[in-house]
Amino acid sequence: METNQAPTEANAVPQTKRELRMQKRRQLLRDLVRDRWMYLMLLPGVLYFVIFKYVPMYGVSMAFQDYKPYTGFFGSPWVGFKHFERFFSEPQFWMLFRNTIVLALYNLIFFFPLPIILALMLNELRRERFKRFVQTLIYIPHFVSWVVVVGIFYILFTTENGILNEIIYQITGEKIAFLLEKDWFRTMIVSQSIWKEVGWGTVIFLAALAGVDLQQYEAARIDGAGRWRQLWHITLPAIRSTIIILLILRLGNFLDSGFEQIFLMITPTNREVSEVFDTYVYTKGMTQAQYSYSAAVGLFKSFVGLILVLGSNWMAKRFGEEGVY
Amino acid sequence: MRQDQTWGNRLFDIINHSILFIVAILCVMPFIYVLAVSFASPAEVAKGGLILWPKEWSLVSYQYIFSSDTLPRSLLVSIYITVVGTFINLAFTSLMAYPLSKPHLRGRNPILLGVLITMLFSGGMIPTYFVVNALNMTNTLWSLMIPSAISAFNLIVLKNFFQQIPDGLEDSAKIDGCNDMGVLIRIVLPLSLPAMATFGLFYAVAHWNTFFNAILYINDNDKWPIQVLLREIVILAQSRVGDSSFDEMDVQPLTIRMAVIVFATVPILLVYPFLQKHFAKGVMLGSVKG
Repeated sequence: METNQAPTEANAVPQTKRELRMQKRRQLLRDLVRDRWMYLMLLPGVLYFVIFKYVPMYGVSMAFQDYKPYTGFFGSPWVGFKHFERFFSEPQFWMLFRNTIVLALYNLIFFFPLPIILALMLNELRRERFKRFVQTLIYIPHFVSWVVVVGIFYILFTTENGILNEIIYQITGEKIAFLLEKDWFRTMIVSQSIWKEVGWGTVIFLAALAGVDLQQYEAARIDGAGRWRQLWHITLPAIRSTIIILLILRLGNFLDSGFEQIFLMITPTNREVSEVFDTYVYTKGMTQAQYSYSAAVGLFKSFVGLILVLGSNWMAKRFGEEGVY
Repeated sequence: MRQDQTWGNRLFDIINHSILFIVAILCVMPFIYVLAVSFASPAEVAKGGLILWPKEWSLVSYQYIFSSDTLPRSLLVSIYITVVGTFINLAFTSLMAYPLSKPHLRGRNPILLGVLITMLFSGGMIPTYFVVNALNMTNTLWSLMIPSAISAFNLIVLKNFFQQIPDGLEDSAKIDGCNDMGVLIRIVLPLSLPAMATFGLFYAVAHWNTFFNAILYINDNDKWPIQVLLREIVILAQSRVGDSSFDEMDVQPLTIRMAVIVFATVPILLVYPFLQKHFAKGVMLGSVKG
């Protein structure tokens, strides 16, 4: 199809700048007409992105207004940084900040290494059938909804006949309010994430490990390398860039602390540790109708998130990795 | 690949196998527990303890949740948004991905850049809500399907996939008088059936699991998808799903919750074998950079 363009350009050798411009314009018109069906096909998708992605992006201007639903994005009065000033002076700001960071750190420390370890363990299996059996089972929780996961945890951990609390009761004679006590909230969140996603997290590492040339292992063995040395010198270097890319992605999404999950786990008794930026936006915006204020909080979060993504991507490139964007 | 069978190696293998076996069992045991309790008789559940295989089978919890139309209606809503929503996803995504797969198309790069930007930055929950509201979509099932019609990530992966299809086939169809739309429908889509199946399954799972968008956009309980109803029953322990003629004392609340969870989960487990066949491929496609 690209060959269509060649003959027309060869036909006439342009004389002046003006003629050159005319010819380019004719060529453009010809291309547009030729691809009219293509543009027709693009239309629904482009409209989708404009309406549901770019109009809301313009809509964040409401963070600088006193937005009223009946005056809309265009008719509401501008108030500058009023909502941001309020947010930064709010005592809750530091609570939200702390909760978000702590949850993200917990996930980074306790969750992030697990899929790597699990993938390395799976990689050591010789029997294909057992490997496939384990893989089939550990991927399942990824596909059920957060509501199901949190629901199952509620049923297992509740103090009212929850099976785990019954076992604990028989051993210690006491029950633990896992779901209500704020001290248990972070543990619950991280263990739910681990249960749901650890298996699925191995997929990408296993894909990287599948690309390792088996001859390397053979050569290493002939040179007398044991299992651990092979792991250290062949297997780990093979997945190094995957680990770094996933680490970047995680740092980039550092503030996205699993909104649906936290939304489901919040109770009035654990708000002190469970309220994060996203849930705060929802509570202020949708239940208390402070639209502009909550949009300002959301914008602050998106903005910091963007800096984190670009920053970690830049860092990866400095370390000689390819980067994601 | 055979390791030397030293003692250390054998011990490592035994430990490795055992740990992986336990991890695998831990991943499915909760589901088995839920399923078993939902089929156990109220008397057995009342006794407590871990039930992984009911001694006395009973369907009373299922009779209970189907005694009023609350749960069946939610199931219908979820089936509707899954079927119609997935169709919308696939139509929108493939229609847009195909032109973008042609490097010669004028304006392609700005559009691609525009799509990439949406992956980095978004207007956020509140402005998006007002856009959906302005389109009169709130409190309709459209709000669960249209605002999530295209996933930017899937779009780019599908675009890369289309790009790999050799041009020769398409050119011959054009010579036979097909326009670009015809080429997409008659040549490209049939060639991409496995990819379309993969994306379809992933979109469908996402629709079945839709939860927060329904909380945000839907007010009427009779338009609740199953996940929202599940939260009401299991986590908030609020709604009663059964008919009032049912004697509450005959049914254990635990088995009712389990039965609702089963209905929110089973469709996923049914498509799981198909998902599993395809997703490894899907992830590989995803690792190809745009």
